[in-house]
Amino acid sequence: MAETANSQDPALVLEGVRKRFSGGGRDVIALDGVSASVKRGMVTGLIGPDAAGKTTLMRLVAGLLLPDEGQITALGLDVRRSPLEVQSSLGYMPQRFGLYEDLTVQENLDLYADLQNLPPGDRAERYEQLMKLTGLAPFTGRLAGALSGGMKQKLGLACSLVRPKDLLLLDEPTVGVDPLSRRELWDIVYNLVENHGVTVLLSTAYLDEAESCQEVILMHLGKLLDQGKPGKFTETMAGRSFMVTAPGMNKRQLQRKLGEAPPVLDALILGEGVRVVTNEAQEPTPADLGGQDDDLSIEAVPPRFEDSFVAMLREQGQEVATPSQPSEQQCAESCDGPVIEVENLKRRFGSFMAVDGISFVVEHGEVLGLLGANGAGKSTTFRMLCGLLPPSEGRLLVAGHNLRKAAAKARQRIGYMAQRFSLYANLSVKENLRFFARVYGLNIQRRKQRVQWALEEFELAELANATSGELPLGYKQRLALAAALMHEPEILFLDEPTSGVDPLARREFWRRINALAEQKVTVLVTTHFMEEAEYCDRVVIMDRGKVLAEGTPEAIKKAHRTEEDPTPTLEDAFIALIEQNKEIIQKEQAA
Amino acid sequence: MSRGLPGWRRLKGLIRKESYQIIRDPSSIAIAFVLPALLLFLFGYGVSLDAKNVPIALVVEQPSPATASLTGDFQDSKWFEPKHFNDIHSAQEALRHREVMGILWLRSNFTRELFSGGPAPIGLFLNGVDGNTARIVAGYVQGVWGKWLVRYAQSQGREVTLPVDVQQRIWFNPEVRSTNFLVPGLIAVIMTLIGALLTSMVVAREWERGTMEALLVTPVRLREILLGKLIPYFVLGMGGQILSVAMAVWLFEVPLRGSLWVLMGVSALFLLAALGMGLLISTVAHNQFVAGQLAIFTTFLPAFILSGFIFDIGSMPGWVQAITHVIAARYFVQVLQSVFLAGNVWPVILMNSVALVIMAMLFMGLVRLRSRKRLE
Amino acid sequence: MFRRIWALVVKEFLALLKDKTSRMTLIIPPLFQLLIFSYAATFDLNQVNYAVFNQDPGIASRELLGYFKGSPAFKLADTMEHQEQIAPAINDQKVLMVLHIPQDFTRNMLEGRSGQLQVIIDGRNSNTAMVLFGYVNTIVTSFSTQWSQDHGWASPPAELKVRTWFNPNLESRWFIVPGIVGLLTLVVALVVTALSVAREREAGTFDQLLVTPLHPAEILIGKALPGIIIGLAEGSLIVFLTVNMFGVPMLGGLGALYLGMALFIISAVGLGLMISSIAVTQQQALLGAFLFLVPAVILSGFATPIANMPALVQKLTLLNPLRYFLVIVRTVFLEGAEMSLLLPLYWPMAVIGVVTMIIAGWLFRNRLY
Repeated sequence: MAETANSQDPALVLEGVRKRFSGGGRDVIALDGVSASVKRGMVTGLIGPDAAGKTTLMRLVAGLLLPDEGQITALGLDVRRSPLEVQSSLGYMPQRFGLYEDLTVQENLDLYADLQNLPPGDRAERYEQLMKLTGLAPFTGRLAGALSGGMKQKLGLACSLVRPKDLLLLDEPTVGVDPLSRRELWDIVYNLVENHGVTVLLSTAYLDEAESCQEVILMHLGKLLDQGKPGKFTETMAGRSFMVTAPGMNKRQLQRKLGEAPPVLDALILGEGVRVVTNEAQEPTPADLGGQDDDLSIEAVPPRFEDSFVAMLREQGQEVATPSQPSEQQCAESCDGPVIEVENLKRRFGSFMAVDGISFVVEHGEVLGLLGANGAGKSTTFRMLCGLLPPSEGRLLVAGHNLRKAAAKARQRIGYMAQRFSLYANLSVKENLRFFARVYGLNIQRRKQRVQWALEEFELAELANATSGELPLGYKQRLALAAALMHEPEILFLDEPTSGVDPLARREFWRRINALAEQKVTVLVTTHFMEEAEYCDRVVIMDRGKVLAEGTPEAIKKAHRTEEDPTPTLEDAFIALIEQNKEIIQKEQAA
Repeated sequence: MSRGLPGWRRLKGLIRKESYQIIRDPSSIAIAFVLPALLLFLFGYGVSLDAKNVPIALVVEQPSPATASLTGDFQDSKWFEPKHFNDIHSAQEALRHREVMGILWLRSNFTRELFSGGPAPIGLFLNGVDGNTARIVAGYVQGVWGKWLVRYAQSQGREVTLPVDVQQRIWFNPEVRSTNFLVPGLIAVIMTLIGALLTSMVVAREWERGTMEALLVTPVRLREILLGKLIPYFVLGMGGQILSVAMAVWLFEVPLRGSLWVLMGVSALFLLAALGMGLLISTVAHNQFVAGQLAIFTTFLPAFILSGFIFDIGSMPGWVQAITHVIAARYFVQVLQSVFLAGNVWPVILMNSVALVIMAMLFMGLVRLRSRKRLE
Repeated sequence: MFRRIWALVVKEFLALLKDKTSRMTLIIPPLFQLLIFSYAATFDLNQVNYAVFNQDPGIASRELLGYFKGSPAFKLADTMEHQEQIAPAINDQKVLMVLHIPQDFTRNMLEGRSGQLQVIIDGRNSNTAMVLFGYVNTIVTSFSTQWSQDHGWASPPAELKVRTWFNPNLESRWFIVPGIVGLLTLVVALVVTALSVAREREAGTFDQLLVTPLHPAEILIGKALPGIIIGLAEGSLIVFLTVNMFGVPMLGGLGALYLGMALFIISAVGLGLMISSIAVTQQQALLGAFLFLVPAVILSGFATPIANMPALVQKLTLLNPLRYFLVIVRTVFLEGAEMSLLLPLYWPMAVIGVVTMIIAGWLFRNRLY
């Protein structure tokens, strides 16, 4: 921070950096001639989908990898020549920050203070600063492994900042973190930049976060696409974003219809309507969009960063698949009535109530979103529904059965996609698909047909013989969904299906879910992407094992309209709910 | 540390971290203390190469005072637990079913031949499947029989003189207690396990959990990371060693004839070699599964079979003997068996210590060469 | 049902054999171990260094020493002149044994008295010492018999005729190598199965399996079959090498051997699956397999006879499938035992297999998280 003399120099300069990895018989070019610079004293976002080369770039800057070509200068030092000096003056938080889970918060801090040569005399003061910054003060005695995802990230940040740094590299710090903790993390980052003069380079796949950066670097497949202020990107999109509503029409059908219209680049469900980005800056007529005057209302809306990102990637040739037409839907028993019933469900782990008396129903053909912060009890509920975990109390029925006790046949009717990629990593794509087809008892003919369907539908044909563990995240997740659909289940359980997946893949994924919903497949999904919750018919918001609210996304947003904020997003509503609940609990504890 | 204070502080931080982890992870404690105790118990109590109460079939076809005195000697011997059979066929059946380990067959003409000046035949059938045990049992039978023979001849007023009178002197372990050599040897196997398995797995764990990446970007030096692993596990290993020696001396009453300090000094050298081996494995394997398998395959099993712990190295074929030279446990077993049973035999101690120092330096050197403060 | 089990079996084989490293781990170490252990793990002595301190100039000592020189078990390393040389040679492990023949050895024997032979043996490895002593006794006995005949000594009133069944030369390789068949088959069956459930739990794929229509019994069979098949294949390979490379005679029928091997592998696979279903992580599974393997080998009679163990430990060995299989292998190989004779050894393994499999299957769904 004493570097006022050359504060005009960029904090980080990359010149023609190339990096290739070889292994498993093939070469991958992770970075292909990247030149960029990061200005001092601001937050620069490193944005790009999977396999863009974000993590490789971070590691190169931190001196953990050596570039094959090109030069990297961090804080005026050549990284190749003096890695140790660079490492002492920059802070780096890897994607999976290596906290020692069996050490307490304080012990982790002490360790990094020792490793960063922070003199013992300065520690008390610095710790106090960091605790104030991160709000971890009440938890110093707790084991790091017992912290929630968001708190772990904050501790990771504190550890990499234990000695004041000029440059901070954060690799996807907000992945897997709920919206509340995400906001808090961003507050910390801005506090650092504004009050402590730190330069931050942050990579993310959340595009709404790009808008919070002061400058962004866009990357795709190892190449730099562009660099500049986020506003610059949104400007090019001016006049191309519209909100389309059709009162008499199902929003999913509307989205599909709009997506197929020629002038439309991108169509996305938002609330009750569909947000459309057009190819050119010209307001489309209802006829352009394949409808009549009276049934479509079109309204111009301000562009978002995401629009430009999607547009740019489309120009780079990223195609988005269109799911095939809905097929005849099979209804094994009845097509009406609740498919999932949960009544006063409880689950205890020792003295901890992970799920504390929740009740909800899911109707046939409905997409229900289960929202909640990390540790709200979403996954536990899921595991109980799927029969993987016995409930401590309460009643639950899936398609009229308790899956834990029901005959194996009942499980034939459900599909399940776990939170982490949980297919066989060392089998190929085709082998995985065949395996699940066989396990679900499909005969040879049907099996061939379904495997073929999955390869085509999910555009996996080219990768049919690739080892599934080595696929990019987006493909893995496609494969997982394909495997869960091999037997055409009536009910689909999706546990945080899009965590860590880039926006394009996420969109594609939801397009498929929408298509399934149209085929009257019942879908239960957990997520903490609030934009995704917009796709659901109904959402249930959970916190600390309890249901806080239930209803359509619109209804929940409406309930949280205030004078200052007449159009709250679902995220605003969610955060308000969680904070209310926190206050209630604190009052109860005080009483 | 060449840089003085900061380096020392970093090292202290790393050691403190590792110690907390050891204390809080039950599996480290299990490998360091429970496993040695369990193995020592099993070997100390469960395993013995000394045959005692060997079940043996006695078939006496025509009883007489002479046969009675011979069978009586077997009855009284602490080595045997005789079972009487009426005919040779049922005894052979018992041998086949492993109810007895051998048959002593006194035929109907035994007493007659004995009186007529002999030699009266005594048949001994042994099940030779376990050659080692069979040989030991044959030796015992010969012992009992030889004594009876001399006594019997004297009672008949005859002198029996064997041309050669063999006087055996088994040094260091005159009562030939197998515990006395199994337990010291076992300590070497256990130390190999603690050193290599533990170190290789904890380093692999850091890679798996991503903590290594976070460590590498701090100003910490590579040698500090290595020392930070080495020192805590060295202390832990010496703890396991002290426990093992204490159990050997107090629980299994193995005599410790040499100096405890020499024993601990050589143990320290061996532990360095074993830890070096563990660190070397960890530079190759970045996941716990492969590291564990490699550690068992390259350190534990060789220490068991090729160290001279049970099987005599000198009797192995030349190429196998050559392989044993790269097994650190081999040198340690020799020192342990000497220091425990024979005392401070300096030539043995010094020669093997030099070998251990060379091995430790070799492993550490390879570790230093192969490690990079980078991810590739 | 068969389709679903078949799917699992195919998947397990692909997972095990697709990856080069894991394929190597299954094949190379067992073969390597068979080779090295078979040569290394023997109690037979060969070329043992010994020294002679002969104070007797007579012919008797020369003849006796000639017997030792002629034996392949011994190798003369040193000839001593003084009493004081004995201690350092033994202490420093230059020789394992010193033969001391006093001055009056030949004179005594020519005058009809016993000549004294002092045998000093390094007892640091007491088993080697005992075996060594046995060898010395055998050599001395044959020398004595010859001397008695040549010099017309009275023969003793009774004579012990030792006959050894099944392994006339008492080669311990014949004992150890079939034992290795059991040992390695156990290791392979455990390695294949002990990590299989734990690995799937760690990767999350086990949950994925549990939500499919698979019945726990089907998962169990699907997991067990690959272990059984691989175990049988490796077992057969090792048996083949035992007969053709190490020349151990195979007197019994293959039927009796394979029935035993199949039951043994089933019990080992059951144990492996049980360990695997109890463990939460692969590390725990590995540790568990190890904690089972070490006592199972030690308390099996592989190297040391069960009969020498304390009564309580002997009872404990009844739970160890390796104990039964080792007897089966050795008796079938060396004694040519019939199936009917081995019945009491077959059923305990079958019981162990069934019980452990039931426990493993129950744990699939019911273990606490």
